[in-house]
Amino acid sequence: MKKIKKIKIKINGKIKSINQDSILSVVLKNLKIPLNKVAIELNEEIIDKKKINKIKLNKNDKIEIVHFIGGG
Amino acid sequence: MVNLKKDSLIIANKKFNSRLIVGTGKYKSMSECAKAIKLSGAEIVTVAVRRVNISDKNKPLLMDYIDPKKITYLPNTAGCFNSKEALRTLRLAREIGGWKLVKLEVLGDKKNLFPDMIETLKSTEVLAKEGFKVMVYCNDDPLMAKRLENAGADAIMPLAAPIGSGLGIQNKINIQIIRKQTKLPLIIDAGLGQASDAAIAMELGCDGVLVNTAIAKAKKPFEMALAFKNAVIAGRQSYKSGRIDKILMGNPSSPSKGII
Repeated sequence: MKKIKKIKIKINGKIKSINQDSILSVVLKNLKIPLNKVAIELNEEIIDKKKINKIKLNKNDKIEIVHFIGGG
Repeated sequence: MVNLKKDSLIIANKKFNSRLIVGTGKYKSMSECAKAIKLSGAEIVTVAVRRVNISDKNKPLLMDYIDPKKITYLPNTAGCFNSKEALRTLRLAREIGGWKLVKLEVLGDKKNLFPDMIETLKSTEVLAKEGFKVMVYCNDDPLMAKRLENAGADAIMPLAAPIGSGLGIQNKINIQIIRKQTKLPLIIDAGLGQASDAAIAMELGCDGVLVNTAIAKAKKPFEMALAFKNAVIAGRQSYKSGRIDKILMGNPSSPSKGII
């Protein structure tokens, strides 16, 4: 069996190891991210949430997932 | 009975019955925050944009406690110290669910938390061009307030005193000058300590007040939320009623004619 190659990416500042060629939507689903309550940045660019199933992740990608919290 | 129902606060063409905006930070819990908001009668609440905690997926979400369909979320840029950070934050906020009404706050000093008005002005220009409806936290400086208005701000939000200081309005004259020069919604943001501070803001002719710490950190936040609600209504009513002139000497309330 061919071994799947792993790559390292950063999500919200934390290093994560994921399968090479992972799709963004799958990674987010695995993290149980409630998509209707967040915004996503990939390498400092805002991602259209409708297009996340078409985005393949690369080595050293930086993902930021943000939501609303209490604040003044 | 005076009918104040028609006296709505209009921000960026949206009507609100309450003139009290409250922050959602510093509460002991989300349920305490939600209850205080309910008691305050606020229809707009400020919220911050932060990273999702990806390691603790069961952490409660603000949206589970405060329904953004019922209460208008006003995303803020608290913690941003330059225009780049503020713009990034608000673009993300818009992406979460189409929020265009935002509160811009670019701070300049970590200790006194005064706004950096140069960065604030720059950001206002960009945001207005990008179609945001920008409520701008600013210094109580009439000239800067005018510049923000010219740059496309949708509401001017001068501080009463430093954020979280609880000192109340320090510069009534400046607030009155800003009131005279602008038709934009004028909302006192930051520095209020007690309900009477809100009443004073309203009596100066402000269109509303934004309060966070004074309610969240009061010994009894629910009672204080109610006190602020009543103070804003009282202050507004007082302003609309036309106060008497101030005179130096006494003027008896009972007629002097017919004294025995």
